[in-house]
Amino acid sequence: MHLEDRLINMRREKDILLMTHIVLGYPSFEANREVVRQMVENGVDCIEMQIPFSEPMADGPVIMKANLDSLKRGTEVKQCLLFGAEMARTHNIPFLYMTYYNIIFKYGEKEFIDECAASGITGLIVPDLPPEQSDGFFSYAAEQNISTILIYSPTSTDERLAELDKAGSGFIYCMARRGVTGSKSELDDTFDTYLQRCRKATAKPLAVGFGIRSREDIAALKGKADMAVIGSETIRLVDAEGAGSVGQFITDLRS
Amino acid sequence: MVKKGYFGSWGGAFIPEVLHQTFKELEEYFSQAKNDPQFWQEYLKVMSTYSCRPTPLTHAENLSRHFGGAQIYIKREDLNHTGAHKANNVMGQGLLVKRMGKKRVIAETGAGQHGMATATMAAKYGFDCTIYMGEVDVLRQRPNVFWMEKMGATVVSVKDGSRTLKDAINEAFRDWVTNVDTTHYVFGTACGPAPFPEMVSWFQSIVGNEAIEQILAQHGRKPVRIYACVGGGSNAMGVFGRFLDEEGVELVGVEAGGRGIDTGKHAARLCGSDASPGVAQGYRTMFLQNDDGQMLETHSVAAGLDYVGVSPILSDLWERGKVRFESATDAEVIEALDLTMKKEGIIPALESAHAFVQAFKEAPALSPDDAVIINMSGRGDKDIFTIAHAFDDPSWKKFIIQRGLEYSKSK
Ligand SMILES: Cc1ncc(COP(=O)(O)O)c(C=O)c1O
Repeated sequence: MHLEDRLINMRREKDILLMTHIVLGYPSFEANREVVRQMVENGVDCIEMQIPFSEPMADGPVIMKANLDSLKRGTEVKQCLLFGAEMARTHNIPFLYMTYYNIIFKYGEKEFIDECAASGITGLIVPDLPPEQSDGFFSYAAEQNISTILIYSPTSTDERLAELDKAGSGFIYCMARRGVTGSKSELDDTFDTYLQRCRKATAKPLAVGFGIRSREDIAALKGKADMAVIGSETIRLVDAEGAGSVGQFITDLRS
Repeated sequence: MVKKGYFGSWGGAFIPEVLHQTFKELEEYFSQAKNDPQFWQEYLKVMSTYSCRPTPLTHAENLSRHFGGAQIYIKREDLNHTGAHKANNVMGQGLLVKRMGKKRVIAETGAGQHGMATATMAAKYGFDCTIYMGEVDVLRQRPNVFWMEKMGATVVSVKDGSRTLKDAINEAFRDWVTNVDTTHYVFGTACGPAPFPEMVSWFQSIVGNEAIEQILAQHGRKPVRIYACVGGGSNAMGVFGRFLDEEGVELVGVEAGGRGIDTGKHAARLCGSDASPGVAQGYRTMFLQNDDGQMLETHSVAAGLDYVGVSPILSDLWERGKVRFESATDAEVIEALDLTMKKEGIIPALESAHAFVQAFKEAPALSPDDAVIINMSGRGDKDIFTIAHAFDDPSWKKFIIQRGLEYSKSK
């Protein structure tokens, strides 16, 4: 089933869905395995797995450090793809890859998408590949039933939001604010107005991320967004308290 | 047909969505400025009254005699205000920032020359200014850091990755995506997302425009070769641009050979076979990267050449055979620097000395009727610590130890 339909079905059962983020190979693939297990068992609905890149331009300090540490440990793209396939086989929720375009470009766009399709990955988030820079990537992904998730930013004009809606698929990722991942977002009136603009521009499920980290944040998004994205916070948690602490954290988010 | 912002298959604007609108506006301001003859006049005026343009073209008579071949001419970008060609681009972008009505500028810097120029421009125009610089470069280019701070800029030492230029660029982008509304990113070289490569080359074209007139006036003929060092490629684009379609003029870009191309410790992208096409830092070009697409560490004695990518315009010219690329090792650079100081009383920056190395290798085989131009992108004062170290100068070392002792006592 297509990612968008899957999310819409899941959304019928819950007032908000949760997507989490991990950086592959950080702190290790074993830890990734345990973190994913705890996430899935405690009700995470979708997981984006970041294939590390040496120049993670759109990421803040926490995720950037995780990228660089993972690479220092010798993480290779091939290992990431094997791990992703294993997760998709093991757990019954949608898994996506998030990475930068050079990783896909060097692997070969078609080969990369084929590999995703063969291993049950449902979508891709590539923050540095705007649709107008791509020749065949978006259409080939669509042919293989792989969703390409595009990002809305508070700086995007209404015209641009509509354009991105047309080019992307699966769901729309709304950045809660300008900037990079990791620091806190204010979910205030300006944010509400922006989210209303997003809602008007697309019928796809809306995910909100960038600085979402607490039960209060999630509560504030209910009724406004379809999915909340927790990025840097679980990495911080695993750094501070180990993989074992993730389950309780996830349960608490929605209780 | 080639897409907008591309040079052949190179270039583009691979930017996060949050910058989309900003780039659209920048495009518009740039194209307005480009089509407005008054803008260029204003630019020329600033460059002639605030900087030192036109910079001279010096006939290096002693070096020419020493090598016994071509007449060697040196285009003196070192005499530009702040000591390098970087001022050309920065003052131009400063005028654009004024038009855009923004109040804050940020920049990345490797050798510190671009940071210096940006801090200078910000002081003159009254902008807030933050400069990102890799920690390694902060250590080797301390004098420039001192000046930037004294001119009121905040210098941020970047401790991620290889702690050199590419990491400073990443950090500047992070600042930009957070502060897009108020801030302009003064990109320092002919790289990055479109329209930066074209815009920076446009401002730098002032170098080649002057050089052609000067060489005709002084030598009576076009040069047979032009040499420029290539980090990102802005000084090379500046001096090459005007000569691209001139028959009989060969253009030579010189990259950092570091400890030698076969040691892996270098920054040669277009010369040698260690680079491959990739997309990073917002554009598509030849990058030094591994098979997975992870960028490699680079090395050069010259901080300003120590970069993993190269101008997409140069990648295109390289592919079309319009520019020849060579490399010079750290050791060759020090030797050329020594000779240039002794023979001409001129101190090239370590970056610029790369171009001198290749010219010195080739001049003897040319005729004394021929002229070659070396683009001297900057002056070497900023490199005093690195150069003194390379020369292993005993009295300099003694002085440093003495100063260190004085400071430690006064604490
Ligand atoms: C004196 C000097 N020359 C050359 C360069 C290299 O830059 P580009 O290749 O853009 O001319 C630098 C960069 O910092 C520099 O300071």
